[in-house]
Amino acid sequence: MTPDPISQLLEQHGLTREEYQRILDTLGREPTITELGIYSVMWSEHCSYKSSRVHLKTLPTTGPRVLQGPGENAGAVDIGDGLAAVFKIESHNHPSFIEPYQGAATGVGGIIRDIFTMGARPIALLNSLRFGSLDEALVRRTFAGVVAGIAGYGNSIGIPTVGGEINFDESYTGNPLVNVFCLGIARADEIIRAAASGAGNAVYYVGAKTGRDGIHGATMASAEFDDKSAEKRPAVQVGDPFMEKLLLEACLEVMKTDTLVGIQDMGAAGLTSSSTEMGARGGAGVEIDVALVPQRETGMTPYEIMLSESQERMLMVVKKGREAEVERIFEKWDLHAVRIGEVTTDGRLRVKHHGAVVAEIPNTSLTDDAPRYTRPMVEPAYLKDAQQLSLESLGQPSPAPDVFRRLLASPTVASKRWVYRQYDHMVRTNTLVLPGMGAGVVRVKGTTRALALSVDCNARFVYLDPFAGAQLAVAEAARNVACAGGQPIGATNCLNFGNPQRPEIMWQFAKAVEGMGAACRALDLPITGGNVSLYNETDGSAVLPTPVLGVVGLIEDADRAVRRAFQAPGDVVLLLGEGREELGGSEYLKVMHGLVRGRPPVLDLTREAALQRLLVAGAASGLIRSAHDCAEGGLAVTLAECCFDTGYGIEAAVPAVEGTFSFRDIAALFGESASRVVVSVAANRADEMIALAARALVPATVIGRVGGERIRLTIDGRFVIDEPLADAEDRWSTAIDRYFETNHVTA
Amino acid sequence: MRFAVVVFPGSNCDHDALYAVEHVLGQTAAFVWHKDTSLGDADAVILPGGFAYGDYLRTGAIARFSPIMQAIKTFAAAGGPVIGICNGFQVLLEAGLLPGAMLRNRSVRFQCEHVYVKVEQTDTPFTLACAPGQVLRLPIAHGEGNYYAEPDVIARLEQQRQVVFRYTTAQGAATAEANPNGSVHNIAGLCNEARNVVGLMPHPERACELALGSADGLVMFKSVLQAINGVGSHLSRTLSPR
Repeated sequence: MTPDPISQLLEQHGLTREEYQRILDTLGREPTITELGIYSVMWSEHCSYKSSRVHLKTLPTTGPRVLQGPGENAGAVDIGDGLAAVFKIESHNHPSFIEPYQGAATGVGGIIRDIFTMGARPIALLNSLRFGSLDEALVRRTFAGVVAGIAGYGNSIGIPTVGGEINFDESYTGNPLVNVFCLGIARADEIIRAAASGAGNAVYYVGAKTGRDGIHGATMASAEFDDKSAEKRPAVQVGDPFMEKLLLEACLEVMKTDTLVGIQDMGAAGLTSSSTEMGARGGAGVEIDVALVPQRETGMTPYEIMLSESQERMLMVVKKGREAEVERIFEKWDLHAVRIGEVTTDGRLRVKHHGAVVAEIPNTSLTDDAPRYTRPMVEPAYLKDAQQLSLESLGQPSPAPDVFRRLLASPTVASKRWVYRQYDHMVRTNTLVLPGMGAGVVRVKGTTRALALSVDCNARFVYLDPFAGAQLAVAEAARNVACAGGQPIGATNCLNFGNPQRPEIMWQFAKAVEGMGAACRALDLPITGGNVSLYNETDGSAVLPTPVLGVVGLIEDADRAVRRAFQAPGDVVLLLGEGREELGGSEYLKVMHGLVRGRPPVLDLTREAALQRLLVAGAASGLIRSAHDCAEGGLAVTLAECCFDTGYGIEAAVPAVEGTFSFRDIAALFGESASRVVVSVAANRADEMIALAARALVPATVIGRVGGERIRLTIDGRFVIDEPLADAEDRWSTAIDRYFETNHVTA
Repeated sequence: MRFAVVVFPGSNCDHDALYAVEHVLGQTAAFVWHKDTSLGDADAVILPGGFAYGDYLRTGAIARFSPIMQAIKTFAAAGGPVIGICNGFQVLLEAGLLPGAMLRNRSVRFQCEHVYVKVEQTDTPFTLACAPGQVLRLPIAHGEGNYYAEPDVIARLEQQRQVVFRYTTAQGAATAEANPNGSVHNIAGLCNEARNVVGLMPHPERACELALGSADGLVMFKSVLQAINGVGSHLSRTLSPR
């Protein structure tokens, strides 16, 4: 049976019958094709958050430092000296699979625009990436393409990529995750909002010309992948970092002149979302004539112009009488700001084409009044079984030194130098802590302060317990900035999940958001915005639920930023926090047994908060000389990483843990108990550190000393690992390179 | 003393050069727009790093047609000190102010990391405060820094002592391993025959403060200050990072 034309049209536009009825009720008539297109993108999951919004509103978003919460192009927090840190994270997952280089590049371009439209000068980028196994040629190609795309865009525009995280798991093979974080600095009293107001004010278009690229990109990002996804390649846009560099400089120059009412970039859903959202935020209407929009292709229809996702374009509302000033600045940068319409009072988006109205829609029906779904949820069938872990059933574990070597060479654990070497991480001369040395730290010029930045998530933990796993992601990201000496002051989230129409996925999502909210409240960490990416599935198989958290930490004295690596021989090494037999969801289980199983580590948020306060205080007083948190690979890998790069070895007594006898060494060395950090202090200040920890109610144990050329670890006086540092470091630092050497043969 | 920092569309190390001159060196610096035709009263000119015009053609290939380039050529011809850093070096090559060309890095990837370079010539305005053979630890950040020139050009450059910087080990050995990008003869930087125009791929402006990982680049800015003001100039503020 052939479906009727309306059904076909709705399917092409990703709209349901019910949603179509809602459009008919709102308009009181049949929509035009342009209107249907507009509804389609604005009501897409990507733009409307229709499945996620009921959950997102439970997150904590306020606090004394919050200058801008969710709902704008980016969030902003007060960092003193009259300055604001403006930041956000966003995903570009679907385009990056279809076309890795351009998908990732335009993801970088998009998040940078979100930051500078707020009036902030972008000064740092980070990224959180997920891929399948590097043993697969397809994955290597995707991985290399994404990294090159991020580098190509970020390097050219001159914003340093100062940190990030990369993990590998088979679930991402057909659906990599590319989440990009950007941070900028603005004068707190000069933050610019994306609202249109003042009837008669001119609406200007500036930037690249509009083409047919990216039409329905937002709709594509709201559907699963299948074997026809490659056909969607035309829906991926092509980035032009040079154009964006000009836009960035010109916009920042215009913003200094007080001529703008509001500005928004044309990201997902392009001209449609920018014009409707600016109108809706300002309680106004926007009328534009798309015939005036600069076009680089001939014969474009209003539908195509409204839905194009061509990159590097901005929409501005200019104060009446100031138009010439704005035009002049853009001319200086060889850009042409074009007047395409004006602000009205009727609260409608009115689109004309050579004067004839082709769409007229109440703004709020596209934004605030878009459909909201409380989708059905059910605990996933896999969960109960996956949470069971019997170590005995695994048989006798491999010897600890073998495990140690395997873990160091695991791509998730190994050095990411192959990646960050391709990123310009020093441009703008603010980077105090280089990539690979812990949280990214950038100084704030003109002040004595610096900002520590981290993006984190252990998706295995989220898969095994979404509530606990999301809490652990918050704790880890905040702990990482605290290790650098940064007081966590704000966060942004990027929630990457599967198809929300599957109740099991929706359950993962809801529990993760709940956990994230609870952890943020306990750590006093407001979430000022972010991004939701659903439908991360290929052929019905979802990625591990991956709620990534980006945290901004404030370091009062930039000279006191702390790095991961040991600083001097003879320094005393302490473990803050305590380990248990916690191998659930660990890198050990994954690498040595191919398992994602068990329960994630227990997290006590009160202890976590105390630990983070201690780290910040210890860094501020100059007591802590290095700090590195225990994550994938456990304490043994953490200690090894503390030795790398500066080249000082260690001899340490690893505290024993109780539990399964045959796994006692494995659990002590490679267990991933939460809220643990390895710090080093000068030998004559160890007592001071212990006293400070005691007052903070944080367990602290002296476990060893920095020095020598080996990594020597004991448990109960027995040597369990005794490796030349150079061998361990070589294994760790070249593991990813080895996948890209010529003649690489898959194992 | 006054520095002019030339801003091409796509320059992105312009602010860094300005910051190093003003806040670390304690001198004055001003941006000069590529459409300008005058360098004003500048004592020295910096062509900063970046991606002028996006570098979509060849690096520096379009920038050399900028109106300001004529003023730079005149300034250089009169003996004024001119330094091109990274993309600025590429522009100088394209403009014919220095000989040779850049190929893509041997790795065919962008590379950002600290490297060692040996100062081989100290009779240029940008190296005169260096010790002969001094090894500097400087960052590189480029995709096309693989210097090439015809063998006869290289021979002439060597013979006329125009190779100012060479990639070396920390101990100053110009080995193949110490060469990050495949540059012929490990060449990291050059000067013209008159020795007042210098170009190099590493970024001295990113290495002026220990907080950033190296302060080895500062000596190059001190050099030009000495060249203009004579020895014993006011360098008292050089250690104030902010």
